[in-house]
Amino acid sequence: MSWEVVIGLEIHVQLNTVSKLFSGSKLSTGAEPNTQASLVDLGMPGTLPVVNKEAVRKAALFGLAINADICRHSVFERKNYFYPDLPKGYQTTQLAEPIVGAGEVEIQLENGEKKTVRIHHAHLEEDAGKSLHEDFHGMTGIDLNRAGTPLIEVVTEPDMSNAEEAVAFARKLHAIVTSIGICDGDMSQGNMRFDVNVSIRKPGEPLGTRTETKNLNSFRFMERAIKLEVERQIDVLEDGGEIVQETRLYNGDTHTARSMRSKEDANDYRYFPCPDLLPVAITDADLEALKAAMPELPNARKARFMDDYQLSEYDADLLSGSIATATFFEGAAKAGGDAKLAANWVMGELAARLNAEDKDISDSPVSAEQLGQLIARLKDGTISSKIAKQVFEACWAGEGDPDTIIEAKGLKQMSDSGELEKIVDDIIANNAPQVEDYRNSDDAKKKKKIGFFVGQAMKATQGKANPQQLNQLLREKLQ
Amino acid sequence: MSNAMHNKTLTELKAGLAAGDFSSRELTEHFLARIQQHDSELNSFITVTAEQALSQADAADQAIAAGNTGLLTGLPIAHKDIFCTEGVRTSCGSKMLDSFIAPYTATVVEKMAAEGAVMLGKTNMDEFAMGSSNETSYYGPVKNPWDLERVPGGSSGGAAACLGARLAPGATGTDTGGSIRQPAALNNITGLKPTYGRVSRWGMIAFASSLDQAGPMAQSSEDCALMLQAMAGHDHRDSTSLNEKVDDYLGALNNDIRGLTIGIPEEFFPDTLDGAIADNSRDAIRELEKLGAKVVSVSLPSVKLSVPAYYVIAPAEASSNLSRFDGVRFGHRCDDPKDLEDLYKRSRSEGFGDEVKRRILVGAYALSAGYYDAYYRRAQQVRRLIRDDFARAFEKVDVLMGPTAPETAFKLGAKKDDPVSMYMADVFTIGVNLAGLPALSMPTGFINGLPTGTQIIGNYFREGQILNVAHKYQQATDWHKQAPVFGGEQ
Repeated sequence: MSWEVVIGLEIHVQLNTVSKLFSGSKLSTGAEPNTQASLVDLGMPGTLPVVNKEAVRKAALFGLAINADICRHSVFERKNYFYPDLPKGYQTTQLAEPIVGAGEVEIQLENGEKKTVRIHHAHLEEDAGKSLHEDFHGMTGIDLNRAGTPLIEVVTEPDMSNAEEAVAFARKLHAIVTSIGICDGDMSQGNMRFDVNVSIRKPGEPLGTRTETKNLNSFRFMERAIKLEVERQIDVLEDGGEIVQETRLYNGDTHTARSMRSKEDANDYRYFPCPDLLPVAITDADLEALKAAMPELPNARKARFMDDYQLSEYDADLLSGSIATATFFEGAAKAGGDAKLAANWVMGELAARLNAEDKDISDSPVSAEQLGQLIARLKDGTISSKIAKQVFEACWAGEGDPDTIIEAKGLKQMSDSGELEKIVDDIIANNAPQVEDYRNSDDAKKKKKIGFFVGQAMKATQGKANPQQLNQLLREKLQ
Repeated sequence: MSNAMHNKTLTELKAGLAAGDFSSRELTEHFLARIQQHDSELNSFITVTAEQALSQADAADQAIAAGNTGLLTGLPIAHKDIFCTEGVRTSCGSKMLDSFIAPYTATVVEKMAAEGAVMLGKTNMDEFAMGSSNETSYYGPVKNPWDLERVPGGSSGGAAACLGARLAPGATGTDTGGSIRQPAALNNITGLKPTYGRVSRWGMIAFASSLDQAGPMAQSSEDCALMLQAMAGHDHRDSTSLNEKVDDYLGALNNDIRGLTIGIPEEFFPDTLDGAIADNSRDAIRELEKLGAKVVSVSLPSVKLSVPAYYVIAPAEASSNLSRFDGVRFGHRCDDPKDLEDLYKRSRSEGFGDEVKRRILVGAYALSAGYYDAYYRRAQQVRRLIRDDFARAFEKVDVLMGPTAPETAFKLGAKKDDPVSMYMADVFTIGVNLAGLPALSMPTGFINGLPTGTQIIGNYFREGQILNVAHKYQQATDWHKQAPVFGGEQ
């Protein structure tokens, strides 16, 4: 009997506010260590936190986006533990009364089915600093630039049953937070970090003991870490062992994981309401204003793509999945005047190329406008689809806009039928045996054998012959 | 003339400066000289900032000459060493911060400086404001100027003692469970704990954040009004500071108190109370009756639970507030830590004194898994009951009165080994902190040559009314004018 996998996620989403959650310091992006840490961030004696209203607004917007109840008086609490990069000796977070209550997120599975993942809650909290273990002669350096960065921690119910579902959920969450503009979504910068809780059981049995693998910062690592952990748990149980409740660390470079601490070592965090902060009040008027300002959500965008561009549900889902992809697609479709072609190029050539170079669509060397131009030339017959790929490569390599490339390389399709006719005549004259063979074949075989002449013609024209025109001409001349 | 300067109130000194009777430099030099001469006996200052004081005094003299004065221009003030002062050691009475030079200035200090105050120095206090006798200070105990073998009370013991001994005419204090009022009573001075949120806590090193409140300490209610006028107000850097208009405290001082209703909580006069303490406070209330106030009896049944509730909540908050003293970024760090845990353990073991450690342990215990409901949550429920008791009383009365402390100053060391008996010193003051109400202690007579005080508790934001009642009393009596025979002079 096979094993059933149960997965729940905790996701730290970094909010893209201007300043930190409880101080006026700017959020850090690559600044020198400790240059973006104020008295408050350093935990100086006598300093006090003041909550960033923009962070509250963004957290509540997220709540509305996942159809959750928004807590009208959410409470910040202190989570007490000692760590050098935790300046106050406690993290200010939320526990009993988080700002976002239960909600849900719908995901699309690869088999076309939909699944709802329930969100247990989401809470606001401050990030810690960083410990730097290299370059300090056996000592540890502390950089508090990140300390106080606003996060929402999104906690799901254990509703996912394999790594693919977990990734689909993670991508959907990424799409939501980037669509509503509360997170930059740059995984390489740690804008979203995943903790995965995994357990396995035989169908019908109660939940197994779970482990938590922390701080996964890419979809790929998350998928691989889950699969690795599931395999490990199956091996342990099938060897008659027991799963230990523990926190694990996954190393993406070596594709290995190790235990970090067991449940017995867990801290008693001594949570209690932070006496320096009042409950965060959210009024009806605040909620109305947020609803009015709600940007288009991925699901609405998907529906619109299906309606406006006649895309299949699968294509619409893929293209609406991230705000960057959606924006790119719409830009290319508009510039190129053909949504279907734009969809095919974005999901096909572009996606493959981005994937191969591990690039994000927002860093694509080919812009949406350039891809649109390419599509326009394809659509108006200036170039063939084969030539289009060549133009795309040149554009990717930074050789300029498609029009410039087509012009510079002389890639325009041969539109002069007289010139093409002469080439076809030459081919027929120079390949008598093949012509003979073609003429003696039945219709089915002719369809295959015409390929030889098309190939010769393309060779002769360096691919610039219009395929329809060439086929037409060949069929006439070979009769 | 200069001999009499130190016996003048801030209000009188302000008038003297305005009239040109003396300069701020003369005044400041006079108090600095007194500190130098007498404080070796009292130990009321941790740091004296003479140079800075004189330069502030000179600036004040120029401002006075230019007619450009603030509320406190040229008046010397001593700040409790719990307030951060940029460039000046801010120790909080602890070895942990013995070498801590604050990189910024507390709002209270900043606001008073903006009104022209001259800072004489930083006063001694119980370590991290934890204590009622000033014996927990890393810098040694403060002596009571009325009897050098006795404690001055605490935690603002240095502030109260230097005022009592006339080494400063005004001082700031903080009050978490009675730390302004109890030492005020024991040193024959006047001290006010404002409504929670009336005065900014920015830059005031936290003991128990939901209870801590800064306030003025001086010879008279009038002086406290003058100081509070400069200290009070909303501060965007403190989320718990309230955005309420600051009343005209000085303007309200002479309001008629005829028809005022004074409530006497029976719980503040228990059978076990020293009769002489009770008599002094009853006499004070009788004096106010003569001035036209009415007196009614009220009950605050839950107030008897104040001390146990307080000694859960305050240590719980303190255990968390004091976590930042870990030897990593500032404060005491042990020598040659062998690893992180060793760094934490030894830095904190060496840096904190016994009472601070006791409260951190009690607080951590009260918040720990499995005990939170029984202690912390229960204490918060009690706190609500206490607040409700006061709210009910204030439906019927304008102010509540009773003794500030259950006894006069006790001998140094007398309660050293009995923390619970020490904690009972705040039995009448703690309820006010739990409720967040304003309250003042004023001198109301002596027992065997030792001062006693009476507390006036008002409703939220009624500092003006409290100061008014105390001022009327002080106009009719002269207890507050008594100074100890100290250092061979009067």
